[in-house]
Amino acid sequence: MKPKSLLATSFLLTGLSILVACNNEQKPAAENTSTPAQETATEQAEVHGTEIKPGEIELTTPVNKEWVTYGKSIYEMKCQSCHKLTDERLVGPGWKDVTKRREPHWIMNMITNVDMMLEKDPEAQKLLEQCLVRMPNQNLTKDESRRVLEFMRSNDGVK
Amino acid sequence: MKPSYFKTSMVLIMASACLLYMQSCKPKTAESAATGDASKSYVAPGKYDEFYNIVSGGFNGQVSVYGIPSGRLFRIIPVFSQSPESGYGFSEETKPMLNTSHGFVPWDDQHHIALSETKGEHDGRWAFANANNTPRLARIDLTNFRTAEILEIPNSAGNHASPFITENSEYVVAATRFSVPLDDQNGDVPINSYKENFKGSISFVSVDPKSGEMNIAFQIRTPGVNFDLSRAGKGKSHGWFFFSCYNSEKANTLLEVNASQRDKDFVMAVNWKKAEEYLKAGKAKKQSVKYAHNVYDEKTHTATSTMRNEVLVLDPADCPDMLYLIPCPKSPHGTDVDPTGEYIVASGKLAASIPVFSYAKIQKAIADKAFDGEYDGIPVIKYEAALHGEVAKPGLGPLHTEFDGKGNGYTSMFVSSEIVKWRISDLQVLDRVPTYYSIGHLSIPGGPTAKPHGKYMIAYNKITKDRYLPTGPELTQSAQLYDISGEKMKLLLDFPTTGEPHYAEAIPASMLMDKQRKIYKIEENAHPYASKGEGMTKVERKGNQVHVWMTAIRSHLTPDNIEGVKLGDEVYFHVTNLEQDWDVPHGFAIKGANNAEILIMPGETQTLKWVADRVGIFPFYCTDFCSALHQEMSGYLRVSPVNSNVALLFSTGTNKPAVSGTDAAGATEKAPGTK
Repeated sequence: MKPKSLLATSFLLTGLSILVACNNEQKPAAENTSTPAQETATEQAEVHGTEIKPGEIELTTPVNKEWVTYGKSIYEMKCQSCHKLTDERLVGPGWKDVTKRREPHWIMNMITNVDMMLEKDPEAQKLLEQCLVRMPNQNLTKDESRRVLEFMRSNDGVK
Repeated sequence: MKPSYFKTSMVLIMASACLLYMQSCKPKTAESAATGDASKSYVAPGKYDEFYNIVSGGFNGQVSVYGIPSGRLFRIIPVFSQSPESGYGFSEETKPMLNTSHGFVPWDDQHHIALSETKGEHDGRWAFANANNTPRLARIDLTNFRTAEILEIPNSAGNHASPFITENSEYVVAATRFSVPLDDQNGDVPINSYKENFKGSISFVSVDPKSGEMNIAFQIRTPGVNFDLSRAGKGKSHGWFFFSCYNSEKANTLLEVNASQRDKDFVMAVNWKKAEEYLKAGKAKKQSVKYAHNVYDEKTHTATSTMRNEVLVLDPADCPDMLYLIPCPKSPHGTDVDPTGEYIVASGKLAASIPVFSYAKIQKAIADKAFDGEYDGIPVIKYEAALHGEVAKPGLGPLHTEFDGKGNGYTSMFVSSEIVKWRISDLQVLDRVPTYYSIGHLSIPGGPTAKPHGKYMIAYNKITKDRYLPTGPELTQSAQLYDISGEKMKLLLDFPTTGEPHYAEAIPASMLMDKQRKIYKIEENAHPYASKGEGMTKVERKGNQVHVWMTAIRSHLTPDNIEGVKLGDEVYFHVTNLEQDWDVPHGFAIKGANNAEILIMPGETQTLKWVADRVGIFPFYCTDFCSALHQEMSGYLRVSPVNSNVALLFSTGTNKPAVSGTDAAGATEKAPGTK
């Protein structure tokens, strides 16, 4: 049987040579297949906002009334389904005193960069373990999230 | 034989064979070609295909989207048929898309695709699709792969020679396969009065350059032949359109025999620039007809259907120099124009050769009046005067020709199950490959444009026989992918297809993938029943109609407890998906629905109508797995008897204290048949 299997091997080798030879003419196809599958998961970039750094957000008193009103309208459209204004948890935590528990940049990153936060931030990860639902990216801009923050401050009693 | 000796000699033989192959790289016999080449069609997990392939669905009435070279199926776009999976044609918002002058038509037969063009090249904006059975044209928006518009075609039956497109998408055409009495005539005539009463019709549908909206600019009345396929001229022949026609015998029975009598039928050349002049000069007559125009609005997430009552018709008798006929052997099928616009290839299904006509020669013949009489008053150009030459003995049953932009044509051969590659300049056959089996259309990415993208060719086969695991009497349809980058065509892959694909067009992925819509902005939602936030949810009664303003977000529906609905009520669930993230649709289904589910994209509102057919509790739930708590995304609707005094109540997350058995109202209003 040995010659037979040898024969098969030789044919296989021939086939491979042809493959290689042909593939050399076809660069794009070769590139398609060369990257290991494991690497691909991280290549599919998530769309984040720009990360907001500690200290970047300046809070002023009194609160900006216009921002509070606009922030409230965003809350009613995009946040209210999951967050109450009391301390009661619905799908996500209630917002009462959130501005006392969290830094401004943390809150805004949670709104605009939720994928990054759930990947890196231990506090955000703890919340996911409690709530079991990834907070949806509700597609707010940085400016919009700043107005939501102002509404949160107002909700927490800042005048 | 000693093994070691054998080994050495075999290795030597194989090594030299390898060398030979490496130099030539042409291991081409029919057998080796049929082995495929997985490495060239393999797209690794997580990697993208090079092309989107937009493929007609044939008798499923839809359009499907595959990746090339992998052959992977991405989407089936609902177009002319209802789709219970998405709710298209079932939801209140999408039902008007399938409205026609015949009423609601939930199915059709979709044959050909035309991608929009600018300057003869793909521009990646829209895909047009024809409905063959109840003549219609559809426009699909390539930023969301959804049907944006459907236009019915009057004076037509069997919209087969459609939706072929001009080089700047000025017009998409629709030419009738069946000639019939015109819509404003008394159609109650003996069928054998065909020659007298049946007329053909070609519609030129204009495409708004900005919005894409379609409008029948004019129709051309033609002799009562059958139109089969067509292509627009391009480059030097821009301004002309070429249609193949058969049944110039005007037979009305046993066409198989009676429409194959004449030695030659025709290619009809239409000078549409001339037609435009006649239109401007007021030569067109208004004809009273009835046809539907359906448009989907992305802001209201709702389609509207408008009935139109008039078309402008040009009669060739009033419009000299607008139409010419070119004799073409034996019932021509495909009529294809090469990338330069100079050569028109017409394939006589029953002919032994493929005639290739020359645009320059056609123009000269017209100038010289090299005519061979008239057919129904239309000048017939002398065959030889229009002919560039014939491809001799190409194979049996030539149907369609595509081009690679390198001076070659590729013609599908239905009867002999093969594709033949030939050179346009000297009409020499260069190569042939088998297809498995009975190929219909074939497609090269960009093949019908002025600049083919080339590289691949896809065959759409009618018969699969032994190619796949058998599945009872009905077998899958099949496509085959070929590498055409070299001198020889090479089979790479078989892949099964859905429906029965006819024509398809492929476009580079880079032209579409970066402009895909991800969500609908909730702020821009102008649906009259949208709930833009949970605070806007409510339930209202209007007579026996109950309207539910409902929201969906991971992972609950609001309201999820609804009471006070009565037997026989029509309940309209207007569900708004509050998500604003990509790839998070929610679904909505309720027990006993006589229609379908609805799938709601982020930021969208869709409505499912449901009739309370019995008293009881009806659960509803999200059908699209959305989060870890997807199974919890559900609710209950209570139906009470007609004379019940249960109040209209709705809530989410506000449980009232539990009552044992039925509550007070329910106790007095027990359903019939309960104890």
